Amino acid sequence: MKRQIVGSRIAPIFIVVLMSAPVFAQAQAAAKPASAAKAWTMPRTPDGQPDLQGVYSNAQTVPVARPANLGSKEFYTEADRTATAQAAAARAARPAANDPEGGALAVHYDTSQFGLGGPTVKRAASLRTSIITGPEGRIPALTPEAQTRAVERRAFQQEHQWDSAQTRPLGERCITWGFEGPPMMPVGYNSTLQIVQGPGTVAIVQEMIHDTRIIPTDGRPHAPSNIRPWMGDSRGHWEGDTLVVETINFNPRTPFQQTPLSDVAKVTERFTRLDNDTVQYQFTVDDPKTFVKPFSGEYNMVHIDGAIYEYACHEANYGLANNLSGARATEKK
Amino acid sequence: MQIQSGMSRCQWGKWLLAGAAGAALFSLAVTPTAAQAPAYKAPKTKDGKPNLNGIWQALNEANWDIRPHAASQGPVYSLGAAYSAPAGLGVVEGGEIPYKPEAAAKQKENYTNRLKLDPEIKCYMGGVPRSTYMPYPFQIVQGTDTIMIVYEYAGAVRAVNMKAPTKAPADSWMGWSNGRWEGESLVVDVTSLNDQTWFDRAGNWHSDALHVIERYTPIGPDALQYEATIDDPKVFTRQWKMSMPLYRRLEKNAQILEYKCVEFAEEVLYGHLRKQPIQGKGDSK
Repeated sequence: MKRQIVGSRIAPIFIVVLMSAPVFAQAQAAAKPASAAKAWTMPRTPDGQPDLQGVYSNAQTVPVARPANLGSKEFYTEADRTATAQAAAARAARPAANDPEGGALAVHYDTSQFGLGGPTVKRAASLRTSIITGPEGRIPALTPEAQTRAVERRAFQQEHQWDSAQTRPLGERCITWGFEGPPMMPVGYNSTLQIVQGPGTVAIVQEMIHDTRIIPTDGRPHAPSNIRPWMGDSRGHWEGDTLVVETINFNPRTPFQQTPLSDVAKVTERFTRLDNDTVQYQFTVDDPKTFVKPFSGEYNMVHIDGAIYEYACHEANYGLANNLSGARATEKK
Repeated sequence: MQIQSGMSRCQWGKWLLAGAAGAALFSLAVTPTAAQAPAYKAPKTKDGKPNLNGIWQALNEANWDIRPHAASQGPVYSLGAAYSAPAGLGVVEGGEIPYKPEAAAKQKENYTNRLKLDPEIKCYMGGVPRSTYMPYPFQIVQGTDTIMIVYEYAGAVRAVNMKAPTKAPADSWMGWSNGRWEGESLVVDVTSLNDQTWFDRAGNWHSDALHVIERYTPIGPDALQYEATIDDPKVFTRQWKMSMPLYRRLEKNAQILEYKCVEFAEEVLYGHLRKQPIQGKGDSK
């Protein structure tokens, strides 16, 4: 589908805001009750593998990092959930003009256009307080080396961000949004993916930006390490009913939550089908050049009806040209 | 370009002979359709379907011009022999594309202005059928209800729906694909293609009324016959067909690599908006 990049300088900010807000009140219950799960048997492909195939939403109500005031609390209680749902309902019911907190109605965007209007996007229910697991619930600190890289990157950006297409952010250039992973992270909108399994291959197509990961599961070695694809080089294997994917040879320009992984990074992902509607997604990032310690995360993706539509990002990229011509016009003033 | 003259009568005779042989070869090359090919039974997947899984690539010159064509100078003189167009016998059955007169004129215009207009130069997705015979491999991943076709060029991808046919919500670059099995052939009905893609670098074109029916038929363990029936009443006077073999990439551990070409097209698309123009208009690094 042709989709214009509307206000491409604004959209990423929007996404960050969304992901830091735990709006789990909008979750649509997707997990099956425990009794149903008992009767359920793992569907298999004709080859006998667990069948992960389908179209899924990995949109989340859970933020990447745990809100600081929650400390080491990894899960909300049911009582927490009820209270938040009530507060959100009350906020949504207030007329925008009278809303001191600037509720949903005060936002002048049509949020549903971006898939941000909670009820229109199916999300797996979760009581997690953060996607990153463990007592800290956040991405560990950067190593001194990575901090230096980040400072250099910011300095270059400040100086050169309006110079040319090549110095604009990768997302604005329609090269990668950085959410495609691995690890694959929820995107602010169009957070959908499709898994297809052929003999010896698992393909994952992500709507953003029509990026396909082809994961061989036939035991072959990695491609030579001087080939560094934007999404790294992935190899998979089955451990019981779990698809385990190991990825190395990352491109040091691909951002993961703002920070590119280094040339020694290794990401391990685990895909496990929990029931007809749900695939559990777990990941571990091990990059000693970038983070002071490895970390892991987890979320569920939930089955949705329908197909993935074509996100022709580059083909309809008016935003990039507009930004650059704006910069040139500003210089002439 | 001017053909260098100076051939003797004898040389002309040889040339004519070669031409006749070429024409004979050409008619051979484009006529074997699935129906005429010796009945080959493809290995089957575990659920009994012809197994088309693998990495495939065309080995022809259709991306330069789908019609029969002689070699010609490339559009950027500084690239010399390395990026000029190789000759090809063509993949259009009968050799001629049945353009309406005004549509034929537009093809010539497209060709003249191809450096500005060819969507391949801009790294736009190749559409159907062009993506099939661009000089890059593609992979077929045969799932249960969906067959994914993943192209190396521009990271384009198509999901072929093998369940009850569905309708596209809107036009797109790679179109909307509903597939079915007919004997040994995978038949894909492709609709809702936009009018932005071309058939080749020669400016052969279509409108948004394009309807393509593709047939992928195994003709040996490592080859498929590919046919695309082209219907576009806005541009052509009748339906026509192209046909070519596709070959399996047999290299050990062959895989689709990335050709995320956006970066390679940015100077062409946005170079005029640079703060500091590149010296020499970006002809070389």
